[in-house]
Amino acid sequence: MSIIVSSLAVLVVVAIPWIGVGALDLRVLFGIVIPYAAMATFFVGIVVRVIDWGRSPVPFRIPTTAGQEWSFPWIKRNPVDNPKGLGGVIVRMLFEVLTFRSLFRNTRLEYRRVDGVPKIDYEWEKWLWLAAILFHYSFLVIFIRHFRFFMEPVPGFVTLLQNLDGFMQMGAAPFNGFGLPGVYLTDMLLMAAVTWLLVRRILYSQMRYISLPSDYFPLFLILSLGFSGMLMRYLFRVDVTKVKELAIGLFKFSPTVPEGIGVIFFIHLFILCVLIAYFPFSKLMHLAGVFLSPTRNLSNNSRFVRHVNPWSYPVPTHTYEEYEDEFREHMIEAGLPVEKGADATAGSEEKE
Amino acid sequence: MATTPKPEETAKIDHRSPLFEKGWMDKPAEPKPGIFCYGSKPKNLEYVGMPFPKEWNPADEDWQLPENWKEIIEEGFKDRLDRFRSLKLFMDICVRCGACADKCHFFIGSGDPKNMPVLRAELLRSVYRKKFTTGGKLLGKFGGGRELTEDVLKEWWYYLYQCSECRRCSLFCPYGIDTAEVTILGRELTNLLGLNTDWIAAPVANCYRTGNHLGIQPHAYKDMLDFFTDEIEDITGIRMEQDMNRKGAEILFVTPSGDVFADPGTYTCMGYMMLFHYLKSLGLDITWSTYASEGGNFGYFTSHEMAKRLNAKMYAEAKRLGVKWILGGECGHMWRVLNQYMDTFNGPPDFLEEPVSPLTGTKFENAKATKMVHLVEFTADLIKHNKLKLDPSRNDNLVVTFHDSCNTARGMGFFEEPRYVIKSVCNHFYEMPSETIREQTFCCGSGSGLNAGEDMELRMRGGLPRANAVKYVHEKHGVNMLSCICAIDRAVFPDLLRYWVPGVEVTGVHEMVANALVFEGEQKRTTDLRGEPLPGMEDEEDV
Repeated sequence: MSIIVSSLAVLVVVAIPWIGVGALDLRVLFGIVIPYAAMATFFVGIVVRVIDWGRSPVPFRIPTTAGQEWSFPWIKRNPVDNPKGLGGVIVRMLFEVLTFRSLFRNTRLEYRRVDGVPKIDYEWEKWLWLAAILFHYSFLVIFIRHFRFFMEPVPGFVTLLQNLDGFMQMGAAPFNGFGLPGVYLTDMLLMAAVTWLLVRRILYSQMRYISLPSDYFPLFLILSLGFSGMLMRYLFRVDVTKVKELAIGLFKFSPTVPEGIGVIFFIHLFILCVLIAYFPFSKLMHLAGVFLSPTRNLSNNSRFVRHVNPWSYPVPTHTYEEYEDEFREHMIEAGLPVEKGADATAGSEEKE
Repeated sequence: MATTPKPEETAKIDHRSPLFEKGWMDKPAEPKPGIFCYGSKPKNLEYVGMPFPKEWNPADEDWQLPENWKEIIEEGFKDRLDRFRSLKLFMDICVRCGACADKCHFFIGSGDPKNMPVLRAELLRSVYRKKFTTGGKLLGKFGGGRELTEDVLKEWWYYLYQCSECRRCSLFCPYGIDTAEVTILGRELTNLLGLNTDWIAAPVANCYRTGNHLGIQPHAYKDMLDFFTDEIEDITGIRMEQDMNRKGAEILFVTPSGDVFADPGTYTCMGYMMLFHYLKSLGLDITWSTYASEGGNFGYFTSHEMAKRLNAKMYAEAKRLGVKWILGGECGHMWRVLNQYMDTFNGPPDFLEEPVSPLTGTKFENAKATKMVHLVEFTADLIKHNKLKLDPSRNDNLVVTFHDSCNTARGMGFFEEPRYVIKSVCNHFYEMPSETIREQTFCCGSGSGLNAGEDMELRMRGGLPRANAVKYVHEKHGVNMLSCICAIDRAVFPDLLRYWVPGVEVTGVHEMVANALVFEGEQKRTTDLRGEPLPGMEDEEDV
């Protein structure tokens, strides 16, 4: 059900510019107005969201301690997984953000029954981590590669990255003869990784069970974004100079839509606009959220550094005096020291 | 009380969901006897002034909710979103990648898909989306939003009290989403309507009144220690009296009351007493307290506020007695609370001094602010400095493995000190498989107030992954003793191991320390603290 709903939604997303540009020729709307609106939504949305998170305080230190804490000099501590101060936290966060360290720990449950007795094993499972990391890094490379469409002159590192990424064009024999441009490695990796993430979601019953339409929707969106991009590059060529003219115009805030850009480009652009406008309202915000996660970005130092809860308030407690008043007689009988002595006991008896 | 199925029955678990079925939002929870605890009794809620005390049974149709229950929950939810960034963030950023799904021992042991951490949190998230986010309001179910109904509330309650807040899922989450934090705050919400379990509410009320969960009154507490003193004298020939409520002592000792009352924790308690007596002549000046006679904090399973109210006693008593610092016994969530919250809750303890071991001169710099030292680190330091005369061969009848408590593991990072102490006092030690210990440790299945008798099936299911790992070393290395540094562990593991791995007993670390400790002038020991014959010694007697 979730799959059907979200794939229909993505079909609609694709159909809108197809009709909008292909049939109604609304080039200014799809080339200028919508991209601006999407970008504004993206930036404002993220800022608003992060500020909203930031407005809620972190009253307590709750890092997940994944290694030995700092204690005696003769005990080897784990400064990254159980950081003592800021340095360790920074390293931990870098590992988390750049290498997806926590996800790398992933194992897979293997549950069997042998003669009615359960045997549980934890198997090697790095596919999710691999797909996730390939997906994110490919996306990053593709994003940087796109700089050539809106930067003049094209920076050296972009060209370099592009050449590295496209080194397949020498080796991929069948493609050369057909006069096709070089195949980008990251295009393939991105599509493969996203496909795996989707297949995994559908195939694994646990994943299917927990998945919502909002899990399939971005995957379908990214798949069609990649697909339309690849179609544009390998099949329906668009006029790159004109696309670049449009892009540079957008970034210089003097936008014009040159004539003669194919509809496929507008479809590609519109999917991107939907993706970035959807971003701040969706789970994609994990991009910003991971930096704020209190189990990862706090050091485990609350035993040696005091932290103050900004909304702390006094609470009623049961004081020692109240305690002794209730149990004084018993305490004296048992030979336990008391504050007030037997007279007070007599007093309390009278009260009763 | 529900009957607990046989292990072969319990073991029949399928972790796959059928291909075509209704989504989880359309399937209300079906509370099953044996999986939940009895509802909180009114007298226990009244004693601490909690809202909506009533006689209620979770199995009943009518939960006697107040008229405006929905507003209470929604306001409470909003309030907590504004006060805890963790909650807001964890509601927003989950991508449902499923990495946590098979990491929860309750899911592994029950196969109930709503025990996947992601889904447990999703029960709250769906309501959050519908009520507090634009997307959820507009798109409803397609945006993952769900109206808060009585069924949803019951489902919350059922699954929030099937989580032991062990944080294993948070270790594997790429964004560090901590379902324990969601459970803690979710339970705070159920408490706004008087919906807790009595296994939590009663200890809370007891602890508030008498200083400990079991409701042991001061004279009875002293009686217990006197009884242990006699037992110890029988075994060692030495009388090891303890100081109680003594003003002007240098150190206050606080331990979970489970150690004083229930086997096999009592042997650990005798271990503490013997260690303190051993050190007395070397200059240890320590006192126990009847007022602060609980380290564990069931308030933590109720709300942050209740945790703070109960925790306050330790500092209050330290101040009254005029001690310099506090030593804490072997306990799990007590140490999570001490490490993560105590100073923030009840500090600053500026009337105390930075802890220094009077025997070795070691400064406990890692406890500079809270002024609370873990007994196991204290003992590790003693052993490192050769202050204890130990005969590990007295534990030769034991083949030991160590269970990292979830709380000291993932809420503190306390791994090496207990292992160092254990290896110093016994000769046969084997680790369980690496994916089941240290930061990846599995829960006993009965933490966070689930250790009642009426939810035994849940506990046996939740403890299955841990028991499975114990079984592995039991079969491979002949392990017959599971050691731990948590009073809940000591209370619940005997049942769990009898069920899944008969032949393995449970001990605290200081029971083994005391067995190995060689006293000046003691009589020849023929038994350990449990009265069981020591290896080698029984033969000599026979001859």
